[in-house]
Amino acid sequence: MDTVADWFKWLYAAHGINLTIFYDPLDGNRFLRGIGTTLGLSAICIALSMVIGIVGAWVQGARSALLRRLVQGYIQFFRNTPPLIQLYFFYFAVGSLLPRVTDMHGAQVPPVSNITWAIISFSFFAGAFNVEIFRAGIEAVPRATIEAAEALGYSRLKAYIHVVLPLAFRVSLPALNNNLVNLVKTTTLSYAIGVPELLYAAAQIWSEVLNVREMMNVLLISYVAIVGALVLVMNRWERAMRMPGYGV
Amino acid sequence: MLKSLLGVGLAALAATALATGASAQTLDKIKQRGTIVVGIKNDYKPWGFLDPAGKIVGMEIDLAEDVAKRLNVKLDMVPVVASNRMEFLQQGRIDLIIATLGDTAPRRQVIGMVEPNYYAGGTNVLAPKSANLKQWTQLKDRKVCAIQGAYYNRRVTQLYGADLVAFTGIPEALNALQQGNCIAFVFDNTLIDSTLAGGDAKWASYEMPLVTEDEQAWAIAVPLPELNGAYGEFMKKVSIDWHKAGLIVSLEKKWGIKPSPYVQDMHQKHKAM
Repeated sequence: MDTVADWFKWLYAAHGINLTIFYDPLDGNRFLRGIGTTLGLSAICIALSMVIGIVGAWVQGARSALLRRLVQGYIQFFRNTPPLIQLYFFYFAVGSLLPRVTDMHGAQVPPVSNITWAIISFSFFAGAFNVEIFRAGIEAVPRATIEAAEALGYSRLKAYIHVVLPLAFRVSLPALNNNLVNLVKTTTLSYAIGVPELLYAAAQIWSEVLNVREMMNVLLISYVAIVGALVLVMNRWERAMRMPGYGV
Repeated sequence: MLKSLLGVGLAALAATALATGASAQTLDKIKQRGTIVVGIKNDYKPWGFLDPAGKIVGMEIDLAEDVAKRLNVKLDMVPVVASNRMEFLQQGRIDLIIATLGDTAPRRQVIGMVEPNYYAGGTNVLAPKSANLKQWTQLKDRKVCAIQGAYYNRRVTQLYGADLVAFTGIPEALNALQQGNCIAFVFDNTLIDSTLAGGDAKWASYEMPLVTEDEQAWAIAVPLPELNGAYGEFMKKVSIDWHKAGLIVSLEKKWGIKPSPYVQDMHQKHKAM
């Protein structure tokens, strides 16, 4: 471990490339915590946004006009406003209206922390797109297939779970892929409310150590790696779920 | 695929590390275009802030205007924040920083700090009286609001283990403090002083409870290659002149800033010279 640290110290001394994250424990920890936060934030938001998408797409086909309109309103609200403004809205506007709670130090604090607001905001943001993505998949399922399921005695919910969704999901995957990649990149916005994710950690480091160029490169490579890993997993999944003779 | 990506990354890293500083003729450039571009703050009352009419005013704006007057050029102000001002100067987007810039050793490697320093401030926190803070050590593991890129962030993290929540701008940080998102706001004691002295009702239940620490000089900054050139020398003379004439002492009075002992000292010293 020390040899790695020494090599990066040498790199700075000899070539002026200052990568403190490899030899300064404070910066190293901050950077690791940043990667951890970004990965955690992304994973939770991906899971929640997919749940929102699946449920939302089902409700869109509901018999109740009120429910359908509610989902439509939700989609319009979250799709037509920038995610950074949503984040600010939740953190600064909604957050100030909530009642205070007492924390373990006895101080009056808001009940929802900045990272929780980021999860809520990004999940709903990506969820709105996911609803539309799954709807496109559902509409691609032939009417005759659904009628066949109904003829076999499936209820609307059971047909959705066992017949429509598995087929729709396969059609939706490429578009879903795009949206989830976008979601991972959107998590960088949470640095605006002080969530210590990767961009925040890098910005803290470069404004203190003044190695802006080095950290910009580190950031770029980190995100290429994170998004690359996600795309790899999604592509594998797409291939594993391929049904010969169906669709593409 | 991975290998080629890594190659591109390393090449970019090497290329940027070799990039050289700005060309060394800022003074000529300023005179030629008839304007000096100064990086200032617009959210740092009363050093640089927006008045009700939307105009940028403040003590440092007055200083910037003084520099422009001495050069007999027009003043062009570019609002900057702590995390971008040094890059702006390095890239030549601005000619001069007068933006509450703390003069630290790492920063001296990157930009030219003009001496003598024109101002000095220390670190303290703004906290609600109900937080009952007495010592810096009480900040351990507590959420403390901060500004991204401020020089004292590192020290407060390392020394006291505070869990900093840093925002890009002062309004966001103050808002988060008022909402209780953090227990205190770590900042320059000078700004906290003037915030509290401003008599705004929303700060009535707030205080500056700790002992001011880590007194740090502020500097105006020029591109590093020119610190000892004509431009740097000119700015040094300007700074000496400010202290000699007592300009900063009178500006403190004008903007209602508590007299800083550092500025008083410098005024006495240079007046005698």
